Amino acid sequence: MSGLDINAITKMFGNFAAVDNVQLNVPHGTFVCLLGPSGCGKTTLLRMIAGLEEPTSGAIVLDGEDITPLPTHKRNLGMVFQSLALFPHLSVGDNIAYALRIRGASKDGQKKRVDELLSLIHLTGFADRPVAKLSGGQRQRVAIARALALSPKLFLLDEPLSALDAKLREAMQVELRQLQQRLGITTIVVTHDQREAMTMADLVVVMGHGKILQAAPPIEIYRKPADAFVADFIGITNLLPAEIDSTGRTTILGTAIPGLAMPAGQTKASVSVRPEDVHLGSPGGLAITGEVSFVRDLGGTIETFVDVGGTSIIAVTTPRERHDVPVGAKVGVTLPPASCVVLGA
Amino acid sequence: MRREAPKSVADYTPLFFPALMLIVFFVVPFSTMIAVSFFKRNPSGFYTPDFVFDNYARFLSVFFGGVLGFSLMLAVLVAVCCVAIAFPFTYLLTRRPRRVQTLWLVGLLSVLSLSEVIIGFAWSTLFSRTAGITNLFVAIGLMDKPVALLPTFGAVLTGMVYQALPYTILVLYPALVRFDPTLLEAARTLGASPIRAFFNVVAPALRNTIVATLIMVFVFALGSYLLPQILGRPQHWTLSVLITDQAIYQSNMPFGAAMAVFLVLISLALVGLTLLVGRRENAL
Repeated sequence: MSGLDINAITKMFGNFAAVDNVQLNVPHGTFVCLLGPSGCGKTTLLRMIAGLEEPTSGAIVLDGEDITPLPTHKRNLGMVFQSLALFPHLSVGDNIAYALRIRGASKDGQKKRVDELLSLIHLTGFADRPVAKLSGGQRQRVAIARALALSPKLFLLDEPLSALDAKLREAMQVELRQLQQRLGITTIVVTHDQREAMTMADLVVVMGHGKILQAAPPIEIYRKPADAFVADFIGITNLLPAEIDSTGRTTILGTAIPGLAMPAGQTKASVSVRPEDVHLGSPGGLAITGEVSFVRDLGGTIETFVDVGGTSIIAVTTPRERHDVPVGAKVGVTLPPASCVVLGA
Repeated sequence: MRREAPKSVADYTPLFFPALMLIVFFVVPFSTMIAVSFFKRNPSGFYTPDFVFDNYARFLSVFFGGVLGFSLMLAVLVAVCCVAIAFPFTYLLTRRPRRVQTLWLVGLLSVLSLSEVIIGFAWSTLFSRTAGITNLFVAIGLMDKPVALLPTFGAVLTGMVYQALPYTILVLYPALVRFDPTLLEAARTLGASPIRAFFNVVAPALRNTIVATLIMVFVFALGSYLLPQILGRPQHWTLSVLITDQAIYQSNMPFGAAMAVFLVLISLALVGLTLLVGRRENAL
């Protein structure tokens, strides 16, 4: 079977399960983002795939071959570290050629491949520069080129863009995604930045407390989060309590939402509604009545915070489609049932 | 960080105190010693001011040449042993939790509080036939009967390595603790075996540190004069022992001074060499 299979991997640190029985299939050529807050086990999982950490139990299978017992240097993978870990005593070219030198490639072969990789990362002619003389973005690219020197089967990146400033990070996300598409290499990136994951990934794996909470394409994660944790972690969301009242209707904050069904046998649940799905109108009718408590005008979008009996609901609109509602105004909040995602307990 | 160059005399005031200390406690005594090394010895008294090269000429003999050679060889050996033991030890220590590191470092610092005399006598007891470690070996059945392990060259070397080891570790520690372990991991993901990664990455990245530490221990070991006397035979005595002997017991201050100046010159030459090597490396 082609691709990477992670079979019931567990990693214990003492009594603490850093990675708890994780099961994941990554088809060949997929770009995967492991996403989660710090301490959720995503880095530990990546390090186990790299062989830098030994799993307590379970197996890692790459293209049908069990690589769990293989030491790191026999796994044929490329890895970019958070600190980049460029060798300070070597030039850019020697850093990139390191893996080739270890394999005993000829001098000409090394030079040819280094030139190839340098043009791939748009740094042609940088081979003889010391790494200390490079900018942050250039170092980042050199680290990527070094990891790709042997055309590995697996490309692993541990928070690769965290050291860059916001603008450069966004540009590198696009560049990294395009590079991955061009090479068709199976790539796994660890990140805690959901925007980064949404930009680059084919498959987003949200982790928490050592477990996979949801693994799905980015838009599905955003539209249909599996639970409150995922909904809250990916983007901004309104988490609202829903319950079935005495007449059998589903209500949110005391107002019935026609067309919203609860799972069978459940009378209470959390509902996630994305701010851009919340409609603001005049109070009355079927709308939930609330009072505007704060308006954040970001120019491109406007966030309106509506207070409904102590619970805050955020609505996001573009300036064009927004009615003028000042702080203190009474508004009617409409939650379209199709946009309400009832979350598991 | 950019600093402005000092402009007025007032800007130099912070330097006055260290300069004064350096003059009083280093420049003056050292100049006196250089002067004395050219004086003439007075067998009935102490010495008389003069300007002769006799003291240096006397030094150029097979005997003193041999002692100098032995001293350098011993110091090199101590430096190599210390770094060979301390480097892996410190490397592993920096990978332990912070609390464990602190405990070890405090322990090592407490060893520094021991004087050379105490270290010497402790080892001479440990190496003795009557109360030494060989009794322990006999007790656990490794040896038939206790033997004296001193005075031997091995005993001198052990004592001096023991004395210099805490310094070595404390000098290596800051460099190793700052060393990024992901460099090693990066080398391994690129196909290098752990041992190859160590020699390809750790050793070159820390070459300057290792060389500097070797020189420091070397100079430190050159100055040791008690341990060779306590733990060794006369043929294991270093130049420092002879300097003490000449200056204190033979009352031949000029000759002792001449030998001391010679030793300082050799130390300085080695420090200069290190700086030269370091500069060439940085230029690469």
